[in-house]
Amino acid sequence: MKKILLDYGSGGKASQRLISELFLKYLGNERLNRLDDAAFLSGMNGPLAMSTDSYTVDPLFFPGGDIGSLAVHGTVNDVAMLGARPMFLSCAFIIEEGLEMDLLEKIVASMGEAAKKSSVEIVTGDTKVVPKGAVDKIFINTTGIGQIVANPAPSGHRARPGDVIIVSGTMGDHGLTILSHRQGIAFDSNVQSDSAPLNHLILKLVQEIPEIHVLRDPTRGGLATTLNEIAQQSQVECFIFEDKIPIREEVKGGCSFLGLDPLYLANEGKLICILPENQAEKALKIMRSDPLAKECALIGQVKAERPGKVVLQTPLGGHRLLDMLEGEQLPRIC
Amino acid sequence: MLNLLNKFKDPELCRNILRQIEAEVNGQFKFMEVCGTHTVAIFQSGLRSLLPENIIHLSGPGCPVCVTHESEVAAYLELAEKDVIITTFGDLMRVPGPDRKNLKNAQAEGARVKVVYSAFDALKVAMENPQDKVVFLGIGFETTAPTVAATLKIAKEQKINNFYVLSFHKLVPPALKVLLEDQDTEIDGFLLPGHVSTIIGLKPYLFLASEYQMPAVISGFEPLDILQAILLMIRQKNSGQPEVVNNYKRAVADNGNPRARQVMDEVFEITDASWRGIGTIPQSGLGLNEDYEQLDGFKALDITLRDVPPIPGCRCGDVLKGKIRPDECPLFKKACTPASPVGPCMVSTEGSCAAYFKYMV
Repeated sequence: MKKILLDYGSGGKASQRLISELFLKYLGNERLNRLDDAAFLSGMNGPLAMSTDSYTVDPLFFPGGDIGSLAVHGTVNDVAMLGARPMFLSCAFIIEEGLEMDLLEKIVASMGEAAKKSSVEIVTGDTKVVPKGAVDKIFINTTGIGQIVANPAPSGHRARPGDVIIVSGTMGDHGLTILSHRQGIAFDSNVQSDSAPLNHLILKLVQEIPEIHVLRDPTRGGLATTLNEIAQQSQVECFIFEDKIPIREEVKGGCSFLGLDPLYLANEGKLICILPENQAEKALKIMRSDPLAKECALIGQVKAERPGKVVLQTPLGGHRLLDMLEGEQLPRIC
Repeated sequence: MLNLLNKFKDPELCRNILRQIEAEVNGQFKFMEVCGTHTVAIFQSGLRSLLPENIIHLSGPGCPVCVTHESEVAAYLELAEKDVIITTFGDLMRVPGPDRKNLKNAQAEGARVKVVYSAFDALKVAMENPQDKVVFLGIGFETTAPTVAATLKIAKEQKINNFYVLSFHKLVPPALKVLLEDQDTEIDGFLLPGHVSTIIGLKPYLFLASEYQMPAVISGFEPLDILQAILLMIRQKNSGQPEVVNNYKRAVADNGNPRARQVMDEVFEITDASWRGIGTIPQSGLGLNEDYEQLDGFKALDITLRDVPPIPGCRCGDVLKGKIRPDECPLFKKACTPASPVGPCMVSTEGSCAAYFKYMV
C-alpha cells in the first residue's frame, strides 16, 4: 500500500507528482492547471462574499459523505448564506505522514465531485505533510469566494419582530451520524449525514424573495446555537415550537440513547431562513420543490419581548429557554 | 418503543392531570425531585411553567456529579497529574476542584484523560494500552454501580492488571434518611428516581412512609409519568395515608433487579461515604471488597482522601438538600455560571443550578 511520505510536501519532484497525478486529475480546471503562485480570477464585480473553514472530522468517511465533500459543501454553503453565488475555492491540505495514498485519492476525488455538483472551481491549493502525530490523518482548509446576488444581503443582524423562522429540513442528522460512528460509541443506526451544497437552492430563494432577512446554516452547535447567535446579533427573541421542528425518529432515538439533544447537533446541508411572515408560503414552496429541502418547516417567529433569547414552546404548551451550550455536548452518567 | 413513549407525552392527557392537580392541591405542596434527571425533564417538557405556583420544586441529592465530595474531586485531579490514563464519564470533565482547576484544564496541561460512555469502554482503553495504568472514575448511584461491578469481574477474570477503579459510588436511600432527620428541611413528598429504582426496587424506600409518614412515588421521566406521580403524592398527603408507590412499572419491577444487585454484592462492600454539602453519611457508599483489592484504585495507587476546604460562598450543599432554590444562591448567574462554575450543581447536565440557568425563562 502506497503511503504519503514527508517528501510529498517538500516542494520537490514528489510534490510535483502528487499535484499532477492526483490534484489536477480530480480538481483540474483552466485556472488551477496554470499552477502559478496565485489564481487569476475574473468575471466578478460588485460586492463579494468570502468565507473560510478548516475540516478535521473523525471518522474521515461516514454515511452520506467524507471529509473531502464536507470541505467543499461547508464552505460553499457559508459563502452562499450571504445570498451569494459561490464561484472559487482555495484548498489546503495538512497531511499526516503515512496516510495511505488510496485514502487521499478517495478524498480528493470526492472533493472534485462535490465541486462539480456545487458549480464551483478549486483554483488554488497547498499541501503540507507533517510528521506522524502532528495532525490526525488529514486536515483540510477551504476558502470560498462568491458574488453577492441578494440586495441587501441577508445577515444575522436583520431578523425583525414579525418575521417567521423556517428550517429547510430535519435537524441533527450529520452530528448524530458522526458521533455514532466515532470509535467507542458505535451503535446501529440508519442515519446519514445531510452534507450537501445549498447554493442552488439559496440562489432561487434570494432571486425570488428579496425580502429574506437572514440565512444561516446551523452547523456546529446546531439549530439552538445558531438561533441564539441570531437573537443576539439582531437583539430579538426567537420563539420556536418544539413540535414543529423536523427531526428523524432515528435521530431522536439515537440522541435519547446517548443523552444528546438533537437541537445542538451539527447539520451540513440545512439552512435557517428568517423572513417576513407574508413571504413564508413562497419560501416554503420553493424549498419543497428542491430535493434538499423537501422536509422544510416553519418552526417559529421573531418577537421583541426578550431580546437575545431563544424561547421554546414545548408540545405541552410550556415555555423554557433554549440556551447556548457552554462547550461540546458531553455524554452523561445516568 | 418511541411510539409508546409518545403516549407519555400526550398533551391532552397531560392537561387533564394538570387540571386535577390544580383542583386537588391544598395550599403549598413541596416535593423533592430526588434525581437531577427529573429536574431536567420537568424543565425540558415545559412542566415547570405549567404546574401551579403553589407546587414547590425542591432539588435533591440525586445528581451523582453534584454530590461528589470536594475531597474526591481533589483526589482524582491530583491523580491526573501522575503517569496514568484517567477514564471518566463526560460530566466530570468540568467539575472544579479546590483551586477551580478541572479535568479539562488538566488535559490541556498534558494529563491523559479519556471520556468514555461506560466502564467497559474504560476497560477496553486499559486493554489497548497495556503499558499504562488506566483508572476509571466510578461515580454514580445504584444505577451505574452494577455495570462497573460487571466490568471489574471481567477485568479480574481476564487478569487485566493495569485497570483500576476509584469507587466513589453512592447509595440513594441513606441520603434521603439524612434529609428527613434534618429539622430545617420541609418536604411533603419524594419524587423517587426511576433509574436507581430499576435496580433497588421498592423495598429500600419503604421507611419513607412507615417511619417518616412521607408520600413517595417512583416515577419515569416523561411528562405524564411526572404529573401522575405529583398527583399521587398530593392525594396521599390529603388523605393522610402516605405510602411508597411504584408508578413506573414499565421499567421498574417491585423487587428491582436482583441479578444486578448480586453482581454489585460480589464486587462491592458498603462503606461510609462523603457527600458534598451533606458530609459523611454512614453506610451510604460502595467500595471494592477485598477480593477486588488489586483493582481498587485507592489501595493499588495509594490514594487517600484528604480534607479540602469547601469552596467559599458556594451553596451547592443547601441546594442539594432542598433548603434553597438555585436562584437563591448569591453566586447564581453572577460569580457562578456554566462558563465559570463555582460548584458542581452548575456543571453537571443533571445539576439543578445548571437546569435553572439553562431553562428558566
